[in-house]
Order: sequence, then C-alpha cells, then structure tokens
Amino acid sequence: MEDAYIIKQISVFSENRPGRLAAIAGALKDGDVNIFAFSIAEADGFGVVRALVDAPEKAHRILTDQGFRVSYTEVIGVKMRDEPGGLYEIATVLGDAGINIEYAYAYSGRDAAVLILRVDHVRDAIKEILSRGGDLLEASAFT
Amino acid sequence: MQVWDPRIEMMPRDELLRLQYRLLKTLVYRLYSFSEFYRRRMKDVGVHPDDIRVLEDVQKLPFMYKHDLRDNYPDTIFTASREELVRYHVSSGTTGKPTVVGYTPNDLKNWTESIARSLTACGLGRGDVIQVSYGYGLFTGGLGLHYGAERIGATVLPTSVGNTERQIELMQDLHVTAIACTPSYLLHIGEVAEKMGISIRDDTDLQRGILGAEPWSDEMRKRIQDWLGIRAYDIYGTSEISGPMFTECAEQNGIHIWGDIALTEIIDPDTGESLAPGEKGELTMTVLQKEALPMIRYRIGDITTVDDDVCACGRSHPRIMRIMGRVDDMLIIRGINVFPSQIEHALLEIPEVGRHFQIIVDRKGVLDAMLVRVEVAAEAFSDKISDLMSIRKLVEHRLKTVLNIGVDVELVEPGTLPRFEGKSKKVIDRREL
Amino acid sequence: MYWNKKIETLKSGDLERLQTKRLKWSLNQALNIEFYRNLFREAGVSPDDIATLDDVTKLPFTHKADLRGGYPFGFCAVPMREVVRIHTTSGTTGKPTVVCYTRQDLGNWSELIARNMVMAGIGEDDIFQNSVNYGLFTGGLGFHYGAEEIGMTVIPSATGNTKRQIEMIEDFGVTVIHCTPSYALYLAEAAEEMGASLDTLKTGLFGAEPWSENMRRELESRLGVRAFDSYGLSEMYGPGVAFECPEHDGLHIWHDSYLVEIIDPKTGERLECGERGELVITPLVKEAMPIIRYRTGDITMLMEDGCACGRGQKIARITGRTDDMMVIRGINVFPSQIEHALLSLPGVGEQFMVYIDRIRHLDEMMIVVEIDRDVFSGELQDLARLQSEVAGAIRDALGIRTSVKLAEPGTLPRFEGKARRVVDRRGDL
Repeated sequence: MEDAYIIKQISVFSENRPGRLAAIAGALKDGDVNIFAFSIAEADGFGVVRALVDAPEKAHRILTDQGFRVSYTEVIGVKMRDEPGGLYEIATVLGDAGINIEYAYAYSGRDAAVLILRVDHVRDAIKEILSRGGDLLEASAFT
Repeated sequence: MQVWDPRIEMMPRDELLRLQYRLLKTLVYRLYSFSEFYRRRMKDVGVHPDDIRVLEDVQKLPFMYKHDLRDNYPDTIFTASREELVRYHVSSGTTGKPTVVGYTPNDLKNWTESIARSLTACGLGRGDVIQVSYGYGLFTGGLGLHYGAERIGATVLPTSVGNTERQIELMQDLHVTAIACTPSYLLHIGEVAEKMGISIRDDTDLQRGILGAEPWSDEMRKRIQDWLGIRAYDIYGTSEISGPMFTECAEQNGIHIWGDIALTEIIDPDTGESLAPGEKGELTMTVLQKEALPMIRYRIGDITTVDDDVCACGRSHPRIMRIMGRVDDMLIIRGINVFPSQIEHALLEIPEVGRHFQIIVDRKGVLDAMLVRVEVAAEAFSDKISDLMSIRKLVEHRLKTVLNIGVDVELVEPGTLPRFEGKSKKVIDRREL
Repeated sequence: MYWNKKIETLKSGDLERLQTKRLKWSLNQALNIEFYRNLFREAGVSPDDIATLDDVTKLPFTHKADLRGGYPFGFCAVPMREVVRIHTTSGTTGKPTVVCYTRQDLGNWSELIARNMVMAGIGEDDIFQNSVNYGLFTGGLGFHYGAEEIGMTVIPSATGNTKRQIEMIEDFGVTVIHCTPSYALYLAEAAEEMGASLDTLKTGLFGAEPWSENMRRELESRLGVRAFDSYGLSEMYGPGVAFECPEHDGLHIWHDSYLVEIIDPKTGERLECGERGELVITPLVKEAMPIIRYRTGDITMLMEDGCACGRGQKIARITGRTDDMMVIRGINVFPSQIEHALLSLPGVGEQFMVYIDRIRHLDEMMIVVEIDRDVFSGELQDLARLQSEVAGAIRDALGIRTSVKLAEPGTLPRFEGKARRVVDRRGDL
C-alpha cells in the first residue's frame, strides 16, 4: 500500500550554461506537460534538473526525443502544516527513524505547502510518516 | 644459507661489543672536536668523551629528538661540509619546515651495505627480480631498497607507487620474485589481482615480500603468507638514521639491527632510563658510522622490545621485535608519517576553515584512508555548492602538499567538532592491524 | 671541460675504427635475440657481411612495434641473471616496451650523463635538484646516477609540490635543475609569486619534451640559468643520448656509443648532412638490449660544421615526429593510448573528445564525455563518480592528470570515417 505514495520524479542531465533550463521547459511546454515543482542541483560544470510533472512518462519521452538524458527517481510528497513547526514535525519523524534525507524541495500546492523528499529508504519513510499521523500526497494527485 | 658479510654478521658477541665501543668512542671524540652542536650538547649534561669508558657509558650522553633536526633546518647540525654531501633526503616535519638528512658517499655505501645484508638474510640474491613499490624521490624507501637490491645483483624493477593494475601485470609478465612495499599495499595488490582474475599465489612467481614503512602484526603476516603463498619479512628504518635498513632473517623472529651500524637502546620514555632486554620501551638509536648526520641516542618514538640472544640463524646482532605503538601522536598512513600538528599548522593558513579539526583514520578495503573534518568559517559560507566544493578541494590540496599524502576532507558545521585540547580526541583511528 | 676527453674528441679515423669494431660486436650481441636471427636470415645478411659502417644500410630497420611484439623479454640478449635493472615505456596501446640493463649498461649510461653534465659546466661542487619522475621513467634515475657519478649533491625531488621544490632550491642553494622546460616556466612563475629569487640557480637541463629558442630565452631570463637541451629515449638507455654544449647550437650525440643515420621516413633512404629526416640509431655498446637501426620517429638532421668545443658531429634540435606521438608533461602519449583507455570504460562509449591545452605553461588535458542514456541514474553522485573514473583511467594508463567535463548528448562532433577524438590545441611552443 506504500506504493501509492511513491511519486515518480524525472531527473534531467544538463550542462551548466545559459539556455539549458529554457530548452527543457520549452520541450515540456510544447508537449503540454505541466510542471508542479522543480529544483536544480549544481555540481562541477553540470547540473541535474528535477521535476514533478503531470505526465512523467510523456515528459521522459519528449525530453529523450530531444536528446536529453532523463531518468526516474522515487520521491515522496509530504503536506506541511502552514504554521511554525510544520517542517520540524516531518524532519523529526524521519530523523527519529534513522532515515536520511538526501535532498528536498518544496512547492505551494492548492491546499497546503508540499515538501518533496528524496530519502534513502522510501517505503520505511512512508510507513513512519503515516503511522505518526503525517499527510502524504498520493502519486495519483499529479495525474 | 647465504650471508652477505659473514665476518661482521656472524661476529662473536664479545667482539661485536668491542667493535661497537670502539666506534662509539671514535664518534664521540669526533663530534666533540668538530661539531659545535654536539659539543654544546655534551657540555650541557657535563659529559666529556673521556667519560665514555665502556659501551654502557652511552647512557651518559644526551638524547636527540626529531625537533633537533627541525630546529637546525636545513643543515647547521651536519658534520660534513656541503662539498662532501652527495645526497639529500627530505621528510615532512611535525610542523612547517621539513626534516633534512644529508649523506656522504660513505653514508650511502653503509646504508646500501646494510640493506644488502638484510635482503640476503631474507633469502634474496642474484637471479631475483625485485619490484620496488615504495615511493622514489625524497622518500628514502624507494631509493634505499633500490640501491640495496642492485648491490646484491638482483634485477630491480623500479615501479615506485601507484597504478596497481600495471604493477600486477609487470609482476606477472616480468617474473618478479620479490616485492618491497607496505604490507597494506601488498594486500591491496592481492585484492586487485583477484579482481583481474590473477592469483598471486598461482599465477605469479612472487616468493617474498619485504614489507615495512608502517606497523603490522603477526596475524597480518599469517594472512599475507597464507593467502599469497609468499614469505613476508618485516623491514625497519627511518630517514633520520638513513632510511629503511634492517629486516628479519629467515627465522622471522625479530629484526636484526646491525650493531656496527647502530647501537640500540630501549628506554623508559618518561624517565629516560635504559631498560633491560625484553622490557617494553622507546627505541633509541645511536648511528655509529654516519658522517653527515650522526644521531646520538635518537629517540625514534617507536615502542618495542629488544632481544639480545644470538639468533637461530647464527647472526650475532641484537633484534628488535614488532613495533607496538608510538610514544607520541604520530600516525602512519600508507607508509607516510603524519603528525596532527602538521594539519593544525596547515589549517591556520586557510581562512576559509576554522582551526578545529578531527582526523578519522580507517581502512578502506585494505588501504588506509584518512578523513579530515573541518569547520567552514562563517565568512566563507556560500549557498553555492560549487563554492563549498572548492573550499573542500583547496583544503585537500593544501593538506596533500603538506603531508605528501592524499586525504579526504569533509566540511562540517561550525561548532560541531570536539574542542578538547587533548590530542587523543582529535584522532579516531579505526584501523586494526 | 670534459668527463672523458679522449673519447669525446676522438678524431674521425679513430672514431670510425672504434665504431666499426663496436658495430660488429653489437650485431653479434643481437644474434642472441631470436628476432634478429630471423630478421637477418630473411634479409639474407649476417654480421660477417658488415665490413664498413656504410654496410649498415644492408640491415633492416627495427620499429617500436617490433619491440612491443617482443614483450616481455624478446629483446633481451643476456641471461636474466645479468640483468640488474628493468625500465618500461608505455606502448601505443596495451603492453609496454621492456628495456633491460646489465651492470655494464648502467655504467655506460651513467658515463654518458656525466659527459653531458660536465659539458654543461657542472661539477662535483654543484647541488643538483632532479625534478623529474623517478621509477620506471628513465629520466629520474638516469640523471640521478650520472650526477652521483660526478660526485655532486643530488636532491631527488622528483615531481610535484612546487612550493617545496622552490623552498629546497632556496634553502639548499641549488645550482642545477633538471626538469621539463614547461615545468621550469611554471616553477619560475610560482617562484615569482612566492618572492623567491632562486639566485643560486645557474644551469637548467631541460628535456623529455620539445622546446624552442623562444622558450630558451624565456627560461634563461626568468630563471637566470643557462638552458641546455637534453635528448634521449628509453630504448637507448634513456636521457643522455645527445646534449647541447655551451655553444647552444645543436646537440652532440655520442658517436662512440650510438651509430647515427638520418633517413627519409617514407623511402627509408639515407639523407645527407643538412637534410632533415628521421633519426635512426644503432647502439654500439648496449649489452642487454642491442637494437639494430632503430627508428626513433624523431625528426632532425646531422649538422655539417665542426663545433668549437672540439666534440664530434652534432644533430639539430628535434623539430617534430614522423608519427602522431605527443609529449604531454614530458610523457610520451599516442592518441591511440588515450582512446584505448577511454573506450574500455563502461559509461563512456565512443562519444568523447580529448583536448590538450597549455595553461600557465603547463600541459592540461581535458576530456569531454557525453552522458550516455544507460549511465544517467538521475543522481549527482553517480555523475561525479563517472568523472573520477574517467580521470582515474587516464591517470592509470598514462600517468597524466586530467579534468573531465560531462556534456549533454549530441553536443560533441560526429565523425565520418576516421574519428579524430584527440585534439592538440597547444600550437607553437
């Protein structure tokens, strides 16, 4: 049942130079793919663009056709209470369970702020958050 | 059994002691007469060469320490003129300036003869192909073993360090029979060879390992011998006394310290008192014949015991047992000596990081890995990951320059490293020998 | 100043008699090698047919590929018990070339280096910093032994740690340095930044890579040294084969030890004095590895005029190669070696480019790899790992440090026909 909460993020390899993000975003626009959230991670001369979209398979196909290298990564989306302590609750749950957050980014959803998390043990994280009363987005929420 | 120089090596014990006394007496007179440094040292403790009447009187002489070399950088302590020197070796000091060792032609000759005796005692000779995988250059390991192996007429393959796969290919293809390297590097070679589908035991001609530059144990010897199908011999020496010089013989029961080359004492590191054979203490050596840089009662800092009985092989010279530790906080990482104070010193020159640090030493596979954790200075913090990465690279580069060894650096949050002044907390050594 | 005046200034008749005698000895020594027994038989010649030096043209050439084909000991002419040293040089791909030395060979080699150093005005009171690689590379141990033969102080500093190198020059009063010319310029710049005057230095011995008269001017003015060009190759012991005298007009090649020919690399025909072509060497005193008419691949010419110093006929400074060999930081590299090392890496495939530039006087290699679909996991760490794997493969294969750039698919040039993936952008020296 945890699987319902596993969200497919697309990760795109990009060189660190002007115009690359526009190229990625343009391709998704032309394919009528909606981006809910994204982040850019920088490294030595290159970066990885991570995005949550309404149609990951389609996005993957479009970007690959355009010559980009794309892969899927499993992430989870946690709804945060929009008040002091919201992030603290989630971070504590995971920290107590010994689950490491590799990276995270956030976006403001329709009804709540959503924290996108890439963790080292996805299913354990889902179990922990649910058992401690946390609110997770289902993957279907994006499609 | 081959013996390189039977007259010296098999010399009756009483004759050897007389020879040592003669050499010591000559040395002390020479230093007192010609060296300002040594004369002052002897006067400070109120001893005159005439006071040396028996070999045990060596105990009247003052000790020498590593900092004596550093304080006299580069060569004011030398007892040979620059014109007489034919070689310098340089090793990193505890802080800042390095330790410099000079050699006259006779010094090189004695060093080479010592290794020739030792390699012969390990069963090596003409017809052997010896791969020297110690670093060449300023480090004494490479050139020391190189000259000794050449002296006994073996074929020398000077591979130096690095490129393990190439080392293994050459070992196999050139029918190498012996390798000189650190014990942990030989284990690494064994593992890489297996990944390449090569068994050192079955697919190479390797028979012997001359292993040193770092402490190791009898358990490690057993593991190396059983796994690789070779005989593994311990080699000992430090650049201040010339370099690697002494090894075990075929008995593998202690390292023969050639008595005409060095007078060995074991002392209590706290009181400086001489200890009896079999008692554990700090190894101290007087190098009897060195012309450029004779060391009197040099406190090496290694802890061991000495065995004075004549060895089953017939060689009459005393043996030291395995090194059991250090009296100071020196670490040996992949055969290179590292003092935490060097790291402290280097960090002070890098404003991007704080002065607190922590060293974590571990074995990655079989090789030593050293991680230095440092705190990012508040002014240097940037939210660009690439900036933080370049700080890390900068620190790694500076430490490599100072230590002559590659280390990993981890940036940690300010205020998270232990603030103890005590040295032990700064180093976490997770290695097991 | 001469190390061995009698031999260095041998008059032409005496020299030719000595060369002829030694050539015959060398050919007979070569008969201990199966390759040469077969080669002579196929060519229908025997050492007995060689009566004069010109008769050497009856003998076939030896190529680098022949030596590689003999790996490991196919070109060793003495029993292994006689061999006291082995050096190896990297081949164009895969297996290296093995060079064996007898004790006599080491003595011969040291003498040649000693001749060169004394010719450059260096003597036993000098303090010599040997800033080239030790180990399997012949440059380090070769000069080390030669300098020790003369009796000067040797600092075996090897390469790397430029700050320490400069401190040692200052603190030990170093008078002579041996390194690659590009490293010397880098050292000069670093010394200027450190405020080190290096004023004890008076002589620079530069080799292992080609350099120009422009570079000589720069080296001499910035380091305050007289700069001497050094030539050699591992197959001929190592450095020491030829060297400049204080006239700085061509290199004296030691004719008592090496029989020199210049040939047209295409036709193999001998060229006259003053005509540029490929240097072909037959060593005359090598015991463990005698080679016949070895094609060095280096382009030079024999010079006509005698030298004021009284030593024998010179060759001009090397102006190029007959093949695509490059010299990067003093290391001989064939493009095929680089390709070989990269093609074997999973995750690289065929889409890569290699650029060689000279940045701040030092050769820098940059490898651009297109990210393959199969290797992109989406994780930054995996990409960083690929970067370090590529750098590690080049370091292991060639001993050269590289930077590695990752590129998006389709950004690298595609080749029709023979790919030219290694681009040397260093231009003129």
